[in-house]
Amino acid sequence: MIKKEMIAMLLAGGQGSRLGVLTAKVAKPAVAFGGKYRIIDFPLSNCINSGIDTVGVLTQYQPLRLNTHIGIGMPWDLDRNNGGVTILSPYEKSAGSDWYSGTANAIYQNIDYIDTYNPEYVLILSGDHIYKMDYEVMLDYHKENDAAVTIACMPVPWEEASRFGVVIADEQGQISEFEEKPANPRSNLASMGIYIFTWKILREALIKMKNVPNCDFGKHILPECLGGGERLFAYEYNGYWKDVGTLGSYWEANMELIDIIPEFNLYEEFWKIYTKSDAVPPLYVSGEGFIEKSIVCGNSTIEGSVINSVIGAGVTVEKGAVVRDSIIMKNTKIGAGCQVNKAIIAEEVTIGENCILGTGEEIPNKVNPKVYSFGLVTIGEDSVVPSGVQIGFNTAISGVTDAGDYPGGILAGGETLIKAGDRA
Amino acid sequence: MRAIGIILAGGNNHRMRELSSKRAIAAMPVAGSYRSIDFSLSNMSNSHVQKVAVLTQYNSRSLNEHLSSSKWWDFGRKQGGLYIFTPTITTDNNFWYRGTADSIYQNLDWLKQSHEPYVVIVSGDGVYKMDYNKVLEYHIERKADITVVCKEMPEGTDMSRFGVLKSDENGRVTDMEEKPMMTDSHLISCGIYIIRRRQLIELIERCALEDRYDFVRDILVRYKNVKKIYAYKTNEYWNSISSVESYYQTNMDFLKPEVRKYFLADHPEIYSKVQDLPPAKFNAGSHVRNSLVASGCIINGTVEDSVLFKKVFVGNNCVIKNSVILNDVYLGDNTYIENCIVESRDTIRANSRFVGEDSVKIVMEKNERYIM
Repeated sequence: MIKKEMIAMLLAGGQGSRLGVLTAKVAKPAVAFGGKYRIIDFPLSNCINSGIDTVGVLTQYQPLRLNTHIGIGMPWDLDRNNGGVTILSPYEKSAGSDWYSGTANAIYQNIDYIDTYNPEYVLILSGDHIYKMDYEVMLDYHKENDAAVTIACMPVPWEEASRFGVVIADEQGQISEFEEKPANPRSNLASMGIYIFTWKILREALIKMKNVPNCDFGKHILPECLGGGERLFAYEYNGYWKDVGTLGSYWEANMELIDIIPEFNLYEEFWKIYTKSDAVPPLYVSGEGFIEKSIVCGNSTIEGSVINSVIGAGVTVEKGAVVRDSIIMKNTKIGAGCQVNKAIIAEEVTIGENCILGTGEEIPNKVNPKVYSFGLVTIGEDSVVPSGVQIGFNTAISGVTDAGDYPGGILAGGETLIKAGDRA
Repeated sequence: MRAIGIILAGGNNHRMRELSSKRAIAAMPVAGSYRSIDFSLSNMSNSHVQKVAVLTQYNSRSLNEHLSSSKWWDFGRKQGGLYIFTPTITTDNNFWYRGTADSIYQNLDWLKQSHEPYVVIVSGDGVYKMDYNKVLEYHIERKADITVVCKEMPEGTDMSRFGVLKSDENGRVTDMEEKPMMTDSHLISCGIYIIRRRQLIELIERCALEDRYDFVRDILVRYKNVKKIYAYKTNEYWNSISSVESYYQTNMDFLKPEVRKYFLADHPEIYSKVQDLPPAKFNAGSHVRNSLVASGCIINGTVEDSVLFKKVFVGNNCVIKNSVILNDVYLGDNTYIENCIVESRDTIRANSRFVGEDSVKIVMEKNERYIM
């Protein structure tokens, strides 16, 4: 019988609605990051670098991009005879078929998958954080403490602690209490959503709680384990960890990669981040091109200026265009003479000539001020923007737009322009 | 596809000077992200030639490293696959490959055990895109014994580094010379041949009996009047990495938009081993113009009309002009490089100056790399 010491379950089914039009057609873990990567590459690479060769990826919302990206797991060396990566989507059962209604419910529905590998421990990951972590060290800590559950936690500034789920632990790290977004936090150790469970204990808890609606790790399983007298420990992590859940934090995390020596260093040989490579060819900078303080992926052609930006693979920046403080994803074309400021432009977008993206004052977004509120221009994938238009900040565009959609050639700050049916 | 493939990648070439001292020609880096064998291998794969042998001998380690997995070129299938044959000592043989024909002879079992009726033989140093099916169609249509892919070279080309042919109006080869000092023909052999498998086995066996070892001299040239040899002319881009000058020129050709489009944008694509390097990084003070930059590079200085391969580090205030900087080179601050090829993994100390005056200079410093 196959026996794995620890397997990983990667929760990748969420939409990530706070990323607005970026996640209209793809699940958040499949959103591009740092030019050539996708967010899910980070936990997947961490797994293989930590020696975990069996990973179940739970998908639900818009899984196509994720499925094609992961494939048989070749880029991460997860194409294994024994183990490897498996995509676990919700499935029909003889009695009652369900979507994944919560994080723990998703794992509950895949108990059979986990049992196949007969593991001692199960690592629960989420597919929406940017970080490097050696899960093997965390497992050692789990074993040393003879713990039932180990929760990776990060000390956050006290004034921000009320935004997180915090754990209250003693000096040995043993957890005595949880607080979800407390008004007056008693601890600044925030849970990172990374758990190691002793499988036997998790299995029992999942079965016991199977009828709890929207069964969730933070809300149901962890309190249940704690209440049942199990040993829960906090594993303190002090490296780089970034939740890219909002457009603002997503933009910031990308921009941090540009620093001379970025805090999150992609150039480390001993902890490579793997991805399905879209582009083998080198990039080309023309005679008129100019690039400064930027990272640019292969197969891109830069004939204009790129300053302080992150450029994906196969991007074309035409003559006279100036791209500043922006993120441009793969195969997007920026027309000649455009000025692009503080924009996030998704994949396969065409921007016409002489457009100005990011201009004027910051006016709060009228439709969805919580999502589009960071002084950015956000353009969803496969969009088309006609030549000669001006677009203000805190705007969102999705779909094929034409001159008629821009009265007077302007999309004012705070406006949202979504053309295709159910995209939001 | 009704053919198997053989890639001849065993040779060294003294015209590559120091560049061939640490690698096989077929493993020479090309166009920032590739190695020369990637072109032949991708052509094989894209032409659905599923079973390919790479015959390698000189500095074969460099090539083996590149070919450590066949999956990048989409081989590694149940049907067919990629075979790497270096010379081995057997009860019947204790020689190195004494020539191209001998290298095939020493692996004749592989040819005999295959069942495909045709063989595509190509050299591993060509930079080109080709659908071998088209050549095979031509071969069958002409009822040829051997088909040689040819290219008409412009007036004034130095013909002494090529195999030179003459053909009649039907394409039948009437004359053939290997690296002639003087000739009035401008039709050269691209080193790509199609031949029936049984015919090849017969010719190679007879060649071995007569202690002859070279495919071009001892088979093509000797049999030119006996066998029906046809020339298949191509007008597409083709270059071979056979001298420092042609190597430099081939890399510089990729700065031309039409060459980049043909190789890097148009279908089908050229595959190479994937290395998972981060995107290229341009820091403050970088000024790159008309250049190719591969992934993993970090640039702080000026780069003009040059090709930078993977993981090149360009220090502050560096100036690089008209140069080819191979993989993993570290250029210290204030370095000036013009008309040079900098050998891979080299470390250039700060404030250095290298200029190729009359011809391209090869820079090989062999300095220790200190961890910065």
